[in-house]
Amino acid sequence: MTTKDVVKIPLGPQHPALKEPGNFILSMKGELVMEMGVRLGYNHRGIEKACEQRSYLNDMYLLERICGICSHSHSTAYVQAVEEIAGIQVPARGLYLRTLVAELERIHSHLLWLGVAGHEIGFDTLLMYSWRDRELVLDLLQSLTGNRVNYGFNTIGGVRKDITDEQKQDILAALKPLTERTKYYAEIAGQELTLIKRLKDVGRLSKEDVIRLGVTGPTARASGVNRDIRKDDPYAIYSLLDFDVVTAETCDVYGRTLVRVGELFQTYKMIAQILNELPDGPITAKVPRKIPKGQAISRYEAPRGEDFHFVRGNGTDKPERVKVRAPTLPNLQAVSMMMKGGYLADMPITLAAIDPCFSCTDRMIELHDASGTHENTRSWSEIRELGIQSYRARGVDFAELGKRLATKLERVSR
Amino acid sequence: MAIFNILVFPGFVFLLGFALAGEWLDRKLYARMQSRVGPPWFQPLADIIKLSAKEDTIPNDADRTIFKLMPVVALTATVVAIFYIPLWSSNALSTFTGDLVVVMYLLTIPTLTFFLGGWFSRSVYSLIGAARALSQLFAYEIPLMLAVLSPAMLAGSWSISEISAFYAQRWYLAPINTIAFLVSLIALLGKLERVPFDAPEAETEVVAGSFTEYGGRFLALFRLCVDVEMIVGASLVAAIFLPFGLGLNPWLAFVVYLIKVEALILVLSFLRTIMARIRIDQMINFCWKYLAPAAFLQLVINLLLKGYVQ
Repeated sequence: MTTKDVVKIPLGPQHPALKEPGNFILSMKGELVMEMGVRLGYNHRGIEKACEQRSYLNDMYLLERICGICSHSHSTAYVQAVEEIAGIQVPARGLYLRTLVAELERIHSHLLWLGVAGHEIGFDTLLMYSWRDRELVLDLLQSLTGNRVNYGFNTIGGVRKDITDEQKQDILAALKPLTERTKYYAEIAGQELTLIKRLKDVGRLSKEDVIRLGVTGPTARASGVNRDIRKDDPYAIYSLLDFDVVTAETCDVYGRTLVRVGELFQTYKMIAQILNELPDGPITAKVPRKIPKGQAISRYEAPRGEDFHFVRGNGTDKPERVKVRAPTLPNLQAVSMMMKGGYLADMPITLAAIDPCFSCTDRMIELHDASGTHENTRSWSEIRELGIQSYRARGVDFAELGKRLATKLERVSR
Repeated sequence: MAIFNILVFPGFVFLLGFALAGEWLDRKLYARMQSRVGPPWFQPLADIIKLSAKEDTIPNDADRTIFKLMPVVALTATVVAIFYIPLWSSNALSTFTGDLVVVMYLLTIPTLTFFLGGWFSRSVYSLIGAARALSQLFAYEIPLMLAVLSPAMLAGSWSISEISAFYAQRWYLAPINTIAFLVSLIALLGKLERVPFDAPEAETEVVAGSFTEYGGRFLALFRLCVDVEMIVGASLVAAIFLPFGLGLNPWLAFVVYLIKVEALILVLSFLRTIMARIRIDQMINFCWKYLAPAAFLQLVINLLLKGYVQ
């Protein structure tokens, strides 16, 4: 193979296959992908830094906005860490409700994934069907929490809202059509020839690679690795719930589909159990405004895999450091491995099969100096100065504007 | 009269109206089968008008002449093809021995223009889409050709009008061509680049394939061309494989013709709804492994039957 035959094709940052900006450089030979380079960093929002300037409770709402799909995952992972530092015992009912929303979120996330996967392989009917059924769950979440996404359901020490008997009945009633529809999808996945042809043996990832790369979530379970935080390191009330970890041995995209559909059935079972065993009592514990000094980590099985939060408190009402690792980060490493030797046509579905969320993943931007020095640590004021200079170089100067604003403010204060 | 025929009925104006109606029907059925509402009846026309009002943008690296010319060539070729296809009687507007081959040839031109238009757009996605369109052409064209030749073989004529007249008189012979009918329907899906054979313009892989750089009027022409191609393709299949209701009074026969084409559109929409897009290599494999042998089988059957029929 000479380098002349290799064509480099950029996929993204703007491309119909991607729902969020990310850049993938594919080295192609004909329709075959030889190599894939990944570039992220288009969505850096500085959330971790912003967390250090807000109170613990406000941080929860901010962290919930890391992801629009698994928002409850991030807020739960965070409040769990804070509760551990503060030594708060969350009442049982609060934990049950937290788990209920978590599992409802898993349904909506997996149904959403199923639709996206269908769209990536040109099976738009699956997209329309599964997103229609997803509405059932979104409606439930809305009635339960007030919002369809970014529920704001958690609070430090419990949950914000209680559930009524009526809502309980609604959820139980909705489980029936959902189970039926999911059975239908499982049937499609087992029968529809074009679907199977597009998913089988695509994006292979061996068990060894899963363990080596630390892949998490359904992607890992589809390669036969029994890895689920809900079982391995139970939080909330998962140790009391009766469920199985769904795995598949096919190591390909088809397996990842089967695992997600299988997980939906487990989730329906869990929700019924949660509602039947829901204890009475308070939903939230009393929490001091100032969280004591200390640090904690919290792991959470988000629909996409392990969500990891680290919180360090310094005795004030603001955390000193919050670190988030979203499940997409380890899984994304595996995609270039899955893609090697694959077809261009399989690229979208292989990428989609890990259920990526780029904006959840972007935590930092590393600045490489053109001069070659690797001094990347810059203070807040240095970055500000750098920004001012770079704008000045482009002919944008705010200095005059700043002075005018200062005099105006002075006049107002007088 | 000839000019009226070419420009108004059943030529350009009628065909465009029918093509837009066909697109609407297809989109509406597709939407209803996916439990969506679907577009209002004027949506295809509105799309064309809106596209036509847009600014033309041509990439700097593109070959300007070919880029502009291809949509026009594509539409012209498909519109011309309709004149040789008998619609509601056994008489086409114009006919000569061997017009079947000419129609097949005219229907190949749009795919070639997709290739050339994409190739000379000089964008990576267009290049891949163009290459795929051409590979796909080689995969479905042979089965399609064989599938329409088999009934011609039995009828002993290479003129569509005569084939149509032959089967209209001997309607009991039409079911013999069932295999060829199915093969031609599947090949038509490939020709129209529809799911499951829409790899050349697969949105999630190559953005819009050959059409990636196209916009405004040029894209509108290409879209019209695909719509017209669907009607012409369906009319061709109807003329050869569904020779019913041709002897009725003209008005009734016309209605029967519309129903036939719409029924074929329904089948095409249904196939589009229930399947996922297959990869280009799978498509080529499928066409050569199953579609071409099936068409050959029909050819052999018809050859054997030919002596018996005459």
